[in-house]
Amino acid sequence: MTGTATPLLEVENVRVTFGGIVALDGVSFSVQRGSIAGLIGPNGAGKTTLFNCISRIYQVDTGAIRVDGQPILDTPTHGISSAGLSRTFQNLALFGKLSVLDNVMIGAHARTTGNFVNDALRLFGVRQREAAIRDEAMALLEELRLDGIAGELVAALPFGTQKRVELARALASRPTLLMLDEPAGGLNHDEVEEFKDVVRRIRDERRISILLVEHHMNLVMSVSDQVVVLNFGRKIAEGTPSQVQRDPHVIEAYLGSGNAAGGH
Amino acid sequence: MELFLNQVFSGLATGSIYAAVALAVVMIFLAIDHFNFAQGEMAMFSTFVCWALLDAGTPYWLAFILTIAFAFAFGVVIERVLFRPLHSAPVLSHIIAFLGLFFILNNGAGWIWDFTIKPMPSPFPEGSISGLISYHQIGMIGVVLVMLALLFVFFRFTSVGLAMRAAAQNPESARLCGISVGWMIALGWGMASAIGAVGGMLIAPVVFLEPNMMLGILLYGFAAAIVGGITNPAGAVAGGFMVGVLENLVGTYIPFVGSELKLTVALVLIVAVLMVKPSGLFGRTTVTRV
Repeated sequence: MTGTATPLLEVENVRVTFGGIVALDGVSFSVQRGSIAGLIGPNGAGKTTLFNCISRIYQVDTGAIRVDGQPILDTPTHGISSAGLSRTFQNLALFGKLSVLDNVMIGAHARTTGNFVNDALRLFGVRQREAAIRDEAMALLEELRLDGIAGELVAALPFGTQKRVELARALASRPTLLMLDEPAGGLNHDEVEEFKDVVRRIRDERRISILLVEHHMNLVMSVSDQVVVLNFGRKIAEGTPSQVQRDPHVIEAYLGSGNAAGGH
Repeated sequence: MELFLNQVFSGLATGSIYAAVALAVVMIFLAIDHFNFAQGEMAMFSTFVCWALLDAGTPYWLAFILTIAFAFAFGVVIERVLFRPLHSAPVLSHIIAFLGLFFILNNGAGWIWDFTIKPMPSPFPEGSISGLISYHQIGMIGVVLVMLALLFVFFRFTSVGLAMRAAAQNPESARLCGISVGWMIALGWGMASAIGAVGGMLIAPVVFLEPNMMLGILLYGFAAAIVGGITNPAGAVAGGFMVGVLENLVGTYIPFVGSELKLTVALVLIVAVLMVKPSGLFGRTTVTRV
């Protein structure tokens, strides 16, 4: 076991290019255990690209990403979940034709199945384990107030509810790092307030670290322990919410180089 | 009336085989988005394996089980060796690969077991229930229904089944949930191959065993899959039974069709459904975001 000094997530000098476009240019930062890190930046700054690198959907040109001290860039996408990572998507990536409960049960897949050959061989002795997964999934649904709709098909639910389903699915894998891509998109004011509590509870009660990409500044600034700001693929600032809010580079990135910011 | 019932029952019996073939086609379609033109030949090849086992003195049901195991492994190997490298290749590459597989299996079976027609034994007793439906036909329907029930339980109540459904629906998301989508596809191929083999072994006593025996059956299987909706496994099964009955009734009651033009019925059905209701009776319409 690595010492407590090792951050849970380390992103080191990551560079990603798509053809001639440099999407990420030497980005480095780390997320400490049990903390919430906000990742912000204007549209096109590279936030989602970075997410996709960490979840092994995009290939990194150079640089390293480590979870718990272990490099993950050689892990296949389906191994990410076992490494302790789970995520949600900006535009949702649920299994629309499956029920809410099934979606959440799939989330527990990586944790409960070593490999499918094993599982196929044990097909006839899995009843108990299936029941345990089901109970746990139901408990999660209850916690996120989704238990009333456990049997409904996901595709038929409103967007905000689907976002909660996706969150429940992500939690079902019992991750050590939860990555949320614009979880507040499409939520109304009250729902955002409620979501703040949900995020804090996930960190405090489940001891899960969270990496949060979000445009909703109020949400990011009020829940994050640490904020990383990207612009045009580079990290331009990092620090506590109040430090970042005062940073002239950040103000310039968001408001343009007016004199107020004293930009350079 | 007796003629009508007789035709309906035997339609349901052959329909059960169309249902099995259609289900196999749909399973692979859901996994890789392509029609497997070699599905029938895979089933035929497995049926020959069963025949060879029986010829060597293996008891019927043991040979039946061994053939299912062979067909499953055969399907997995075909996916791993032939189609996995093609998974992002364009449609035409897939069609060529399917046709190549078709001819390799067709001629391979002829080369190994030659092209002469062989009688395939039935595990069920001869005779019939008051001339309406033979014991073999009851057996065909029964075995297919048992197989369908097992599949339903597998997909509905096991985590591997759930993982396979998830992988077919949203591969990327499934990967992030820790599901190895590649192996789920291979598993799908194995199961489709085994389902087809069951169909082949059950129909062989009726159509006799030879390398081209599945040609017409695959065509009806395609028709069944399209009638039922190519995206809906349950629909494909229902389509299979419907096509089986329809084929017999049309052949019996529309004089000029007779038994010679029966195969045309399948083609007419395919074209008609694709023109009038392309998503089939139970399929979902796909909407592409532009």
